[in-house]
Amino acid sequence: MAGARIQGLTMPKWGMSMTQGKVVRWLLPEGTLVSLETDVVEIETEKITGAVQSPMAGVLRRHVAPPDHDVPVGGLLAVIADAETSDKEIDTFTEQAAAEVTVEQSDAQTASPESILLGDRRIRYLKRGDGQPTVVLIHGFGGNLNNWLFNQEALAISRTVYAFELPGHGQSSKDVGDGSLGTLVQCFLECFDAIGLTDVYLVGHSLGGAIAVALAHHAPDRVRCCTLIASVGMGTEIDTAFIDGLVQANRRKQLKPQLEKLFADPGQVTRQLVDDLLKFKRLDGVQHALQTIAAQMVADSRQTINVRDQLQQLTMPTLVLWGQEDRIIPASHAQGLPDSIAVKVFPGCGHMVHMEAASEVNRALEEHFK
Amino acid sequence: MSRVITFRQAISEALDLEMARDPSVILIGEDIVGGQGADGEMDAWGGVFGVTKGLYVKYGDRVIDTPISESAFVGAAIGAATAGERPVVELMFNDFLGVCFDQIFNQAAKFRYMFGGKVQTPLVIRTIIGSGMRAAAQHSQSLYSIFTHVPGLKCVVPSTPYDAKGLLTEAIRDNDPVIFCEHKGLYEMEGDVPEESYSIPFGEAEVVRDGDDISIVTLAEMVHVAMRASEQLAKEGIDCEVIDLRTTSPLDEDTILESVESTGRLVVLDEANPRCGMAADISALVAQKAFAALRAPIQMVTAPHTPVPFSAVLEDLYKPNADRVTAAVRQVVEYQAWQAPASKD
Repeated sequence: MAGARIQGLTMPKWGMSMTQGKVVRWLLPEGTLVSLETDVVEIETEKITGAVQSPMAGVLRRHVAPPDHDVPVGGLLAVIADAETSDKEIDTFTEQAAAEVTVEQSDAQTASPESILLGDRRIRYLKRGDGQPTVVLIHGFGGNLNNWLFNQEALAISRTVYAFELPGHGQSSKDVGDGSLGTLVQCFLECFDAIGLTDVYLVGHSLGGAIAVALAHHAPDRVRCCTLIASVGMGTEIDTAFIDGLVQANRRKQLKPQLEKLFADPGQVTRQLVDDLLKFKRLDGVQHALQTIAAQMVADSRQTINVRDQLQQLTMPTLVLWGQEDRIIPASHAQGLPDSIAVKVFPGCGHMVHMEAASEVNRALEEHFK
Repeated sequence: MSRVITFRQAISEALDLEMARDPSVILIGEDIVGGQGADGEMDAWGGVFGVTKGLYVKYGDRVIDTPISESAFVGAAIGAATAGERPVVELMFNDFLGVCFDQIFNQAAKFRYMFGGKVQTPLVIRTIIGSGMRAAAQHSQSLYSIFTHVPGLKCVVPSTPYDAKGLLTEAIRDNDPVIFCEHKGLYEMEGDVPEESYSIPFGEAEVVRDGDDISIVTLAEMVHVAMRASEQLAKEGIDCEVIDLRTTSPLDEDTILESVESTGRLVVLDEANPRCGMAADISALVAQKAFAALRAPIQMVTAPHTPVPFSAVLEDLYKPNADRVTAAVRQVVEYQAWQAPASKD
């Protein structure tokens, strides 16, 4: 690209609550040749730590933000340019970038979750972007909107992306009915009706994956394509100690070891992540809600939901993603599917593969959406 | 959904939600309805700091004003608790606990034990602690260490609106007598609090700041003093870990010990008097169970061994502040053990 001789590497926005991030360390010194998507710098937010990648091939010309320095979302971290670009041009670029940051920030603060009432049940969701198509993200058991921290903003650049909170989860109502897959699917169909969503591109993680398959199978006219990430219902193995821990644990010491199983790198489990989940779990009614759903999902240390047959009958394009080192549901559940279903397994990632390998997962989703 | 409310509102909300949820929850105390001689219910005081204001209108006879006789109404509440009610008593200032000592320490605290587990006493005593409000020697003490000393009592000392609501909910649902200490300097503090009911388990300290260089263990209003000191020290390159005990009985020994094992240094910050207090107790705990991890002597930052002065100048000197904390932290961090002189060749 001729226009991209010089490009800024900016602080990404990993989720709607993120307003700034801290530079942990530079992974490459100034002057290094980088290619597209090379990890350049490690960033820490109050939720998670992750690497930011180069937006283009070129030379890492300048570290703009020093380590331990807080930088607002959209703020300049580094400058990538080709070797011929003069230092003076880089100076000018850096100064201009500093002037533009404030605009991005004010936009970020306007995004806040909304909710709809379905009878007595309140379902909270976050809508981002306004292009076509319409993508719907469904989190897993014990999850919430924040699970899509690294995905929703990125996907919403050219699409409308909704993330819903399941009944009993996040700030949706604690009433989960009988907690069955059918009830959860029905709840989503009602949400789609209430908001007027058609031709949906479904993406479901874990329990959300099973919901996506069952929904697409039940109402194929509503769904244009389907993506499952580390999905429930594809085999019988599951770490039931994790499920029990998520239901029962009300102290940090009990909960943290269970949450560490979600990631290939347990260091991803920050104090904030544990605290947020604890705060949620302490609310009256949450434990009962999780218990009710769990009872429909596992019994005798095995999964009792099976959507494999339904998945194989789907007529819309379908993609299955998994983290190779998933310790909750083994990646082997992605095997043995018909050739019509695309499968991608990410090495070095656990159950939260969409957080641990966010840019790779986002890229796979973008390919699939085409 | 959570929103920002004050510490006072958070306590009032916990009382309101528990009264709505459980008809056996009743409130007993001096002037908690108030309005004796005033024009109508809305003029009611709602206690000396207005925490129970509005609850009489909603719950009527379940909010009971008493004569000024702590031993009588605390005793009545203990009796009601053993008979199936869940009374929440307001003991106004904790300085007044002396007049109902026997009821709390010898009766409420001992029933479960002395009756072989056949009796439970689900009682909460809310009481106001803390200096700094020019309220003089008889209305400013922080006596939680006395309650902590007595087996059979649980003792809660929250520092934020979020914790106040969740811990008071837990206290009301608990089947043992709980002393719930509210620092008068925190009533106006604002923070995020969910609208729904939630309970925070006892015996879990909160690590409010992660740090590698030194542990500051503290509670109640001093948590915020420790945080101010930590911000200052961070600029000097000293990274403090701040631990908020939240409950002194049960005490979360693990969190304290694990923190000191990782930092190797300890400052205990407590606005109460130093003798036989929480600071001495925690110092002893660490000296006994984590001695090998210590790289410097423990420092205690507390009030002096004097009554709380009425003089504003003296009260400001009495109460630990961020400067005293930063000085203590620097002293611990800069500590050099005696080293043998280098031997001559």
